[in-house]
Amino acid sequence: MRERVVWTPADSRPERAEVLRLQGVPPEPGLPPRIGALVEAALAAYLELAEPRALVGGISREEFREVYRGEGRNAPETPLEAIFAGAERLALFTATVGSGVTARIRDLFGRNEPALAAMLDSVASAAADRLTALLGSLYPALNGGASANGTRVLAYSPGYCGWHVSGQRALFAFLDPGEIGVTLNASCLMEPLKSVSGVLVAGPARIHRFAPAFPFCPECREKPCHERIASLSRP
Amino acid sequence: MNILSEIAGSLERGEDDRVDALVRQALEERCAPLEILNQGLIAGMDVVGEQFRRREIFLPDVLLAARAMYVGLDLLKPLLAQEGVPSAGRIVLGSVHGDLHDIGKNLVGIMLKGAGFEVMDLGADVPAARFVDAAQEHGASVIGLSALLTTTMPVMKEVVELVRARGLAGRVKVIVGGAPVSEAWAREIGADSHGYDAANAVERVRALVAGRA
Repeated sequence: MRERVVWTPADSRPERAEVLRLQGVPPEPGLPPRIGALVEAALAAYLELAEPRALVGGISREEFREVYRGEGRNAPETPLEAIFAGAERLALFTATVGSGVTARIRDLFGRNEPALAAMLDSVASAAADRLTALLGSLYPALNGGASANGTRVLAYSPGYCGWHVSGQRALFAFLDPGEIGVTLNASCLMEPLKSVSGVLVAGPARIHRFAPAFPFCPECREKPCHERIASLSRP
Repeated sequence: MNILSEIAGSLERGEDDRVDALVRQALEERCAPLEILNQGLIAGMDVVGEQFRRREIFLPDVLLAARAMYVGLDLLKPLLAQEGVPSAGRIVLGSVHGDLHDIGKNLVGIMLKGAGFEVMDLGADVPAARFVDAAQEHGASVIGLSALLTTTMPVMKEVVELVRARGLAGRVKVIVGGAPVSEAWAREIGADSHGYDAANAVERVRALVAGRA
């Protein structure tokens, strides 16, 4: 299975609450009007400029083991090793909101509009995460059929949970997402910047649950595992 | 309320048009540019910074105030230069080689300018030597390095080593920051300081310039 997915900007438009959370602003009500206006301006810019798309490619457990090993720089013990060992199916993915948004963010900083620039940056980050969630829900259909009852599809990315960011090289070598315009630089940084990549793991909810008590957990600021594990409790 | 307090208050509310008008008015009323800068613009940004540290206001509020600060600063800059008024300090700033992320670095730059520092922003993907060259060329006393990837963090060490190799240690201080960068990493590579976030970076730079760190 190898599928290219194209969305409209509106499909990937993030929720206001998520954008505000990334800006460190408490949820509405009580949102100052000037901040509300900034969010709306940033969302409008996103809808004007975004070109959301993704590439998804199925991968066997054995193949993924090699990709995951990467350059041998992962933490000695990681949660994903146990998770993918119990997976029903795996797929590598890369998704991007396109380069137009990043260009506008830089332009806004250059034109002394830092508040709108930073807000648009948060919109684009939230949108990139939304693409990952959209892929998770699309995955059973992309994979040609319904999943077993209780199967959950969650995404894991290099750079998090002990999977070293240099793992991007093996992931890109396998998936080759150049056709959707995403490239990797020598530092394993994706361009356009607002892109995400990783592995979609389909399997029973129980395999996705782990205690965030690995040696690298205290240094992790973003703690993506919290939301990922919490999502398992939602229908 | 005198006009300088009005400038500070308008800046705190992010009213850039009002700051523009008040700074022009203050200059017409023969207020000294340095007085307008210190008691109007920087005083206002100091309040904003303090409110942000206490979590009474949020990042967008700080950035709207920063925009107003720039509007006022643009009017004052040529006059301050004419009078030979020194800035709070001169800083070279950038994201290290291989790293194209620049939002965090931009926020630090904005906060530093708001605190009265002169910021030479080299942008993103900056090679180690360029930081040190720029510090020497502009007489900067601090180099600020940003990295968002563990793969680019070693460039920070290269900069620290280059500062030492050129005999600038002590005169040119290095502060590092970015999501994966920790105080422990700063110590490990011999950097002079670590900024946890943009507001903290300003405090740390102030301490470096004052020789307290």
